[in-house]
Amino acid sequence: MYDFIYHRATSIGGAQSTFKSSDDPVYLAGGMTLLPTMKLRLANPSDVIDIGQLDGLTGVERSGDEIVVKAMTTHDEVAASADIATAIPALGSLADSIGDPHVRNRGTIGGSIANNDPAADYPAALVGLGSVVVTTSREIEADGFFTNMFETALEPDELITAVRFRIPEAACYMKFPNPASRYALVGVMVARTNDGVRVAVTGAGPCVFRVSEMETALTADFKPEAIAGIPVATDGLNSDIHAGSEYRAHLVGVMAARAVAACS
Amino acid sequence: MKVNVGVTVNGKKVTAEVEARTLLVQFLRDHLELTGTHVGCDTSQCGACVVHVDGKAIKSCTILAAQCEGTNVVTIEGLADGDTLHPMQEAFRDNHGLQCGFCTPGMVMAAVDLVTRHPQPNEELVRERLEGNLCRCTGYHNIVKSVVAGAEAMAR
Repeated sequence: MYDFIYHRATSIGGAQSTFKSSDDPVYLAGGMTLLPTMKLRLANPSDVIDIGQLDGLTGVERSGDEIVVKAMTTHDEVAASADIATAIPALGSLADSIGDPHVRNRGTIGGSIANNDPAADYPAALVGLGSVVVTTSREIEADGFFTNMFETALEPDELITAVRFRIPEAACYMKFPNPASRYALVGVMVARTNDGVRVAVTGAGPCVFRVSEMETALTADFKPEAIAGIPVATDGLNSDIHAGSEYRAHLVGVMAARAVAACS
Repeated sequence: MKVNVGVTVNGKKVTAEVEARTLLVQFLRDHLELTGTHVGCDTSQCGACVVHVDGKAIKSCTILAAQCEGTNVVTIEGLADGDTLHPMQEAFRDNHGLQCGFCTPGMVMAAVDLVTRHPQPNEELVRERLEGNLCRCTGYHNIVKSVVAGAEAMAR
């Protein structure tokens, strides 16, 4: 790892002002992606601003028809939340499927979505459940938050403070993990809400995306058979040694049908 | 850049000035000479470096020592009570839960956290929850047996 200047932030405002006055800074949340990247010398930030000890950025709350997850809440805490298990069990089980127990004890929801790894699980949850990302300066609909591979709508110094999940009528996340890395080759979140069905796919493409043909079909008839004949275009899908784009496209249909079957 | 780190390790308060890029596992092994915590893959996969930070099992190769400021760290050296092994350590010995022993410190630390959360784990749950710990002696069968036995011993 290259050397850097370490800052332990004591307030959100302080973290942002350190960020603005630094040459090439980066925020450090749980570090489950950033630190391995720095160890491989793929990243060489001048300043690392640790937001891990800030107060008030962890916890889960139920507020009316929403579940609010603060940004520094770990995957383990999401998986263990009784409020989430009651309101959106698919979100809890998704969090419980990330990495391994030790990674889930450190990795945070805010860190994961700010990184926007194409194979991360949370982007499917946020887009599938029609969530809102709350930041230090605004609220961003999940549909507009994830913009491209490892890119989001966040401004450089902007910090995520929470994610607001609308409680769906039913939802299920199905993932086909890579047998070695356990990352999602394809993961599909299907959510039935009071204004239609949403289908969000992670792992298959460079960035999370929705499948509108499936959403229309499922809104009309919420059964696995309703999407049996709907093809997923291979254009732009990921193709690598683990799976070709055709294989991934096929898996989208299979995982979506399984998700529908599990929540209907 | 140097930073000051103050942590409690196995019950003892420790303060040191280290480079900011020092990982917790380097701090434990190189600065405190607690070499029971191993570095296997160094890429957050194998779990040989698992220690407890504030009671939770984490991979010490993927956390800066500076991030642990003010926390309570327990390593494999902190489990036994003097000459009396922790029930989980004893269970690994009784059930031949190790061959070369390289993964064992991480396995034991992961197992203790697992049992704290799931006091009576069955074999299936143990296999699932040891996902983050690799053994290259193909010794999982006896490791799982050890964890189940260790859980029973911890309950006594």
